[in-house]
Amino acid sequence: MRNCSPPRLLRWLSPFALALLSGCQGGILDPKGRIAADEKSLIITATLLMLLVVVPVIVLTLVFAWKYRASNANATYTPKWAHSTKLEVVVWLIPIVIVSFLAVLTWRTTHQLDPYRPLSSDKKPVKIEVVALNWKWLFIYPELNIATVNQIAFPKDVPVDFRITSDTVMNSFFIPQLGGQIYAMAGMQTQLHLIADEAGTYKGFSANYSGAGFSGMKFDAVATSTPADFDKWVAQVRANAKPLDVDAYRRLAVPSENHAVAYYVAPTPQLFDAVVHKYMAGRTSLALSDDDIKLAALTKRLCAPAAARSVN
Amino acid sequence: MLLGKLTLDAIPYHEPIIMGALSGAGLVGLALMALITKYGKWGYLWKEWLTSVDHKKIGVMYIIVAMIMLLRGFADALMMRAQLAMATGGHLGVFPPEHYDQIFTAHGVIMIIFMAMPFMTGLMNIVLPLQIGARDVAFPFLNSLSFWLLTSAVILVNLSLGVGNFARTGWVAYPPLSELGFSPDVGVDYYTWALQISGIGTTLTAINFLVTVIKMRAPGMKLMQMPIFTWTCTWANVLIVASFPILTGALAMLSLDRYLGFHFFTSEAGGNAMMYLNLFWAWGHPEVYILVLPAFGIFSEVVSTFTGKRLFGHTSMIIASGVISVLGFMVWLHHFFTMGSGANVNAFFGIATMVISVPTGVKLFNWLFTIYRGRLRFETPIFWTLGFMVTFSIGGMTGVLMAVPGADFMLHNSLFLIAHFHNTIIGGAVFGYLAGFTFWFPKVFGFKLNERLGKAAFWFWQSGFYFAFMPLYVLGFLGMTRRLNHTDNPAWTPWLYLACVGAVLVACGIACQLLQIAVSLRDRKKALDVNGDPWNGHTLEWSTSSPPPFYNFAKLPVVHDIDAFTDMKEKGIAYQVPTSYEPIHMPRNTGVGVAIGGFTTILGFALIWHIWWLAAAGLVGIVGSMLVRAFDDNLDYYVQPDEIEAIERERFERIGIDVDAYSERVPEPKRSSDVEPATLV
Ligand code: HEM
Ligand SMILES: [Cu+2]
Repeated sequence: MRNCSPPRLLRWLSPFALALLSGCQGGILDPKGRIAADEKSLIITATLLMLLVVVPVIVLTLVFAWKYRASNANATYTPKWAHSTKLEVVVWLIPIVIVSFLAVLTWRTTHQLDPYRPLSSDKKPVKIEVVALNWKWLFIYPELNIATVNQIAFPKDVPVDFRITSDTVMNSFFIPQLGGQIYAMAGMQTQLHLIADEAGTYKGFSANYSGAGFSGMKFDAVATSTPADFDKWVAQVRANAKPLDVDAYRRLAVPSENHAVAYYVAPTPQLFDAVVHKYMAGRTSLALSDDDIKLAALTKRLCAPAAARSVN
Repeated sequence: MLLGKLTLDAIPYHEPIIMGALSGAGLVGLALMALITKYGKWGYLWKEWLTSVDHKKIGVMYIIVAMIMLLRGFADALMMRAQLAMATGGHLGVFPPEHYDQIFTAHGVIMIIFMAMPFMTGLMNIVLPLQIGARDVAFPFLNSLSFWLLTSAVILVNLSLGVGNFARTGWVAYPPLSELGFSPDVGVDYYTWALQISGIGTTLTAINFLVTVIKMRAPGMKLMQMPIFTWTCTWANVLIVASFPILTGALAMLSLDRYLGFHFFTSEAGGNAMMYLNLFWAWGHPEVYILVLPAFGIFSEVVSTFTGKRLFGHTSMIIASGVISVLGFMVWLHHFFTMGSGANVNAFFGIATMVISVPTGVKLFNWLFTIYRGRLRFETPIFWTLGFMVTFSIGGMTGVLMAVPGADFMLHNSLFLIAHFHNTIIGGAVFGYLAGFTFWFPKVFGFKLNERLGKAAFWFWQSGFYFAFMPLYVLGFLGMTRRLNHTDNPAWTPWLYLACVGAVLVACGIACQLLQIAVSLRDRKKALDVNGDPWNGHTLEWSTSSPPPFYNFAKLPVVHDIDAFTDMKEKGIAYQVPTSYEPIHMPRNTGVGVAIGGFTTILGFALIWHIWWLAAAGLVGIVGSMLVRAFDDNLDYYVQPDEIEAIERERFERIGIDVDAYSERVPEPKRSSDVEPATLV
């Protein structure tokens, strides 16, 4: 009995130890891209900086509580002592100093890590347009004339420029191992710039609750080790693809859960812009160029009655 | 349609869990009613409690509502923890999203609006007038009305369990998800009307208590001499008056969208959901300070009482609370750094948020220096306070971390966030209310709560908190987002189990508290608070008897010091027997608050279900009740000196002061301004 208890305890603790050691796999503490790595080190720096005050406060709380317990008659007792300008100055100053450091750090990193900022690189970025649907992600590669559902790929070390919108409620586009998230909102477009430093398949998902099928709104982000591998992937998409015309898009937009990966070719030109514009339907007077007029026409077709938008 | 959208299908017969819960609650209700009938207490309940305009009784009723809602909200939490512990690795658990999504929405709404807010309001009701030496609040009837509006909202929220359904939008109800297109059923309408009604009650309460502290302080009490709990409540009330109208407006616009086809927040026709996010958090961020500032006040009172010392830096504390309140209005954008505002805007709001940690840090240091060179008595309220100081430091730190936009891009909407705000709300607000509950319980009921069970409850809550929420910080780092219904990442599973264990520990803590109340009631004779000052208190609430007479103070106290009662004790005038009494002006009880609350429930229910004739009837009822009140001349009366004299004589005899001997020896005390009876409307 006695000599079997330590292993039992160990056995009990092992999943947690394992989870701690290996479990960072996939989390934000296991970055695989420049942005994610910077954000991780920012989290660690800021935490350490704050621990400089937080640890002493916690320790002092316990020490003072013990030292000045009522039963300790040796401790000094000054019932009327309630003010000390010197101490008050110190008490205000300590947090001010820490916060000043944090403020500088914040200002700098917020600009550095601005999701809208294109990443510096000598390689030409891959452009991906993202549309959040109930409950799946549509990705359009405008320059490659392909589109996918719930899977993206790009070569490592090549910046990826995302333009993001939603054709449903608010969602948040998030690949934790590559970098922070940004909202996807109907009628609007947001941007995100990410890059992978290592090849691998990373989990992506919606980080903003969007209704019943939300838990299954996941996708894979594949960083290939070489551009050639990426081209292979593109070829594979083309080989297994259906065309993404307006009708196909509208069928896709019908709510569905745990949608399988799907490949498309020849997405209708300007589909992404039309999805954004859909919510400003009727404003054709804004159309100025030929392109704008085409876009307006396309938008109208997306908005035709029975557009599958409601959840139920 | 006579019944609007309401049909028999609205009742969830086929849901065994809901039907079980409903019949359980129904049985408890029936049993209670049977008991009341058996002992013939209906009249007493109606005359002494439901129609009461006495701030102490209203406060007690608020806290009873809060505790019942704590049980409901906590049951939701247990269900969520159980679901997520079961639904891993390919299992789907017991609750489908249709049901689970209502649970987390209801949990959030109930805990914040119907547990924490009433608990805070209840403590403020009981304590604030006593602390400033007043006989009631400025508008006692309005106070009763506020309570009944809250109750009306509570009834609506709980009705959604059995009739129709609750929102499946999360407690923030972001459009367009909360718009008709995506949430066509009544769930969101239950949400908007319940929040709307309770919000009006809250706003009225805040106005009432602001007027009270401005107009009704005891003679001699300067503003800066108000006790710290009164001050922090006052700041919270300022925040309420400034922020709740924003919520009212946002919900009204959402309702216009849903009822009349407006497009404030829809995606189409120029509507913009981002506006709702801004409005919601322009209320939502101040709201967290509304919850936590009064708790800070409680900790301050508790620390200075149980160290037998003056509070270190009273003025500094008041200023720090004010700075927190003002800054609390300038940081709402930190709830959506991820909406793409741009680096300058994000950085500004991030830094503004961090600045709030300066006054908060000052408070922590001030509590520390209050303990320093004190004589700390380890009774239950001090356990909650020390637990808070340790726990809240961690929660504050993780909050500041998320105020760094670069970090928030990673942590936003993750379980790290869930851990953070439970860390501050439980470790800050809830611990504070529980400390206050134990601290002021003897004042209200005349006996102390059982210490052993109180400490046991603390240790269960404290350890349960760490077990339930530290794993969530880890899960956030492991990339788990909030509001998931099931998961399939094996690395998450052990932490989800651990969090479930934590929730069970908290359940034990709550059980200890219920037991504590029962045991203390049984043993009350052994723990009587005879002289009204069980903890050697500093402030005026301890200068009157426990429980206080309905008029609180036979003579209004005259204040010369921050710790007014300590000052009296030191001067030896704490238990002075007055030679004569003047009549006291008091308000009469009234059932109009109950009536308006009832009609408001009808109105809300009718609006939710589109039963327009019933809505009209409810509205007529409300206006009619107001008119009845307006034309009622019999609103107040004077308590005569002989009645006061009898009550006070009994009190002095209980303490062991011979009233007759005393009044013969002591010459008539000098008349001060205390002859003016408090004006009560
Ligand atoms: C006492 C033990 C408690 C436990 C075990 C608990 C547990 C939980 C859980 C599991 C969630 C859902 C997390 C997710 O989205 O995956 C949650 C959400 C939430 N809780 Fe608690 N909770 C507790 C107390 C409280 C208290 C006291 C408050 C407030 C006063 C509170 C306010 C909230 C809010 C606002 C949400 C967010 C709801 C939403 O997602 O819309 N909780 N809680
Ligand atoms: Cu906030």
